[in-house]
Amino acid sequence: MLVFIIRRMLQSVLALLVMSVLIFVGVFAIGNPIDILINPQADQAEIARATAALGLDQPMWVQYWEFLRHALQGDLGRSFSQNMPAVQLIVERMPATVELALCAMLMAIVLGIPLGLVAGMKPDSWYSKTIMAGSIFGFSLPTFWVGLMMIMVFSVYLGWLPSTGRGHTTMLFGIPVSFLNWDGIMHLMMPALNLALFKLSLLIRLTRAGTREAMLQDYVKFARAKGLPMRRIVGVHVLKNILIPIVTVIGLEFGSLIAFAIVTETIFAWPGMGKLLIDSINVLDRPVIVAYVLIIVCLFVVINLAVDLLYSLLDPRVRLAEAHS
Amino acid sequence: MSSAAVETPLRRVAADFAESRLALVGLAMLIVILIVAIGAPLVSPQNPYDLATLDIMDSKMPPGGQSLDGMTFWLGSDDQGRDMLSAIFYGLRISLGVGTLATVCALAIGLVVGLTAAWFGGWVEAVIMRIVDLQLSFPSILIALVLLASLGQGVDKIVIALITVQWAYYARTVRGAALVERNKEYIEAAACLALPTSRILFKHLLPNVLPPLIVIATVQVAHAIALEATLSFLGLGMPITSPSLGLLIANGFTHLMSGKYWISLYPGIALLITIVSINLVGDQLRDVLNPRLQK
Repeated sequence: MLVFIIRRMLQSVLALLVMSVLIFVGVFAIGNPIDILINPQADQAEIARATAALGLDQPMWVQYWEFLRHALQGDLGRSFSQNMPAVQLIVERMPATVELALCAMLMAIVLGIPLGLVAGMKPDSWYSKTIMAGSIFGFSLPTFWVGLMMIMVFSVYLGWLPSTGRGHTTMLFGIPVSFLNWDGIMHLMMPALNLALFKLSLLIRLTRAGTREAMLQDYVKFARAKGLPMRRIVGVHVLKNILIPIVTVIGLEFGSLIAFAIVTETIFAWPGMGKLLIDSINVLDRPVIVAYVLIIVCLFVVINLAVDLLYSLLDPRVRLAEAHS
Repeated sequence: MSSAAVETPLRRVAADFAESRLALVGLAMLIVILIVAIGAPLVSPQNPYDLATLDIMDSKMPPGGQSLDGMTFWLGSDDQGRDMLSAIFYGLRISLGVGTLATVCALAIGLVVGLTAAWFGGWVEAVIMRIVDLQLSFPSILIALVLLASLGQGVDKIVIALITVQWAYYARTVRGAALVERNKEYIEAAACLALPTSRILFKHLLPNVLPPLIVIATVQVAHAIALEATLSFLGLGMPITSPSLGLLIANGFTHLMSGKYWISLYPGIALLITIVSINLVGDQLRDVLNPRLQK
């Protein structure tokens, strides 16, 4: 197990290094940020001074080396446009995004697994077919357009829900969160549902496929013969057996939720990391873009590792196979 | 299965395909969309990008409104006085074109790379598959965003981004299929005839790994169209000069708050119908061509 973790960690570090080079080179190819940051009337000396101050006059590999040296100390440069450390800027925005993603995932789980179970138990009934048709729409609808239509219906026509921002935040362990007061919940509802829709469809399909297979197994027949109530058969026996792939997918999809939050945050003006990324791309704020991507890559690496470990925890067979090899 | 002499494989596939009414509806919708997209200049009531035909007095007309020169805006008009129906036809053309072009290119690249990996094995395969794994562990939208952030805007740039996002997926599928095929006897026979490697790869191996890929590609076109629309909406995709459906929706977003819903709503519905019909056709094709599901 320890060897497995160490090997995975080494792979992750290598992946991180490769990504950092790719991203740095890629972002370096954008136009000269000095043109955007400096007053157009500035003279040559002033431009040169600003270039030197930002380190943009150095050769590319020197810039990368400096970047890497600082990155290892947790310093990914200063934002050009906000003049504060890029990492700090992102960390400040992170709670909003994580809250949104967690809330969306929770919605997808709470709705998706029961609906999937129902659709899997009676696949030919009309309500199962309705659920499945709904999930096809959930897959096909572009997230950003659904967000716009939600704003149109719930904010413009009905006026029930606010369409922008986080609303009031409450401090929880020093982190501002929205879900602890009514105004915050009202602001959170639409973006979270918008983000959840795709994962909801995914979970419905996954749970349904698993349930359909599990219902034909001998242990379900045996449980029925024992006279167990249906609620217990499905809630305990079936659910336990189909949970492994579902947990894996939930774990892996959490990373993609944070990535897709970029779109949702832009629509609902949610002040998270995703909106920060889009704003930074628009003003070519290089350090913030690079820092964002590197932090996301770290996040993915951690998530993948955690899912692997959880997997071996849930399914003893994985552990045994590991021990034998 | 070959007992009926008149039954050609194509006819069998067509008959199986027609079994699902939903898939037929999807196919019919897709054909209509393709005709409208290809023939946009012929079927549109107005050339929406000819400035001479636009009148600013006609701007933001609701659906069914009349323009000053008597034309009816069935789906309303945008802030430039442009007929939305015509704009959607032209937008479909751009969205479908970009999505299809990117998918075909990505398919070609994925085929070559995947076949190379499967055929040569060793370190070539190891390097290729590591890159594929690394790329597939990140969400496509993130890769496309970072790429467009460094490349800048433009039709060519977005096609490059869509290809980059998709090729790894094909490469992995092709390698899997090719690894199964290369151990079969017809490949051995071809090798015994001392045929050149390129001929074995492209004349013998390729046709046998192609069918499952074409099915994946159908569904991938829908993904590509949706991704392009999302990127255009975020302002990182198509330039203003090539208004795809995503750009039309983004344009309508600014007018949504004042209740002018039609500028965003109708292009979105067009996008939705396109994606749903491609998915319906792709799903049915997959079932029809899957030998495991054949009766």
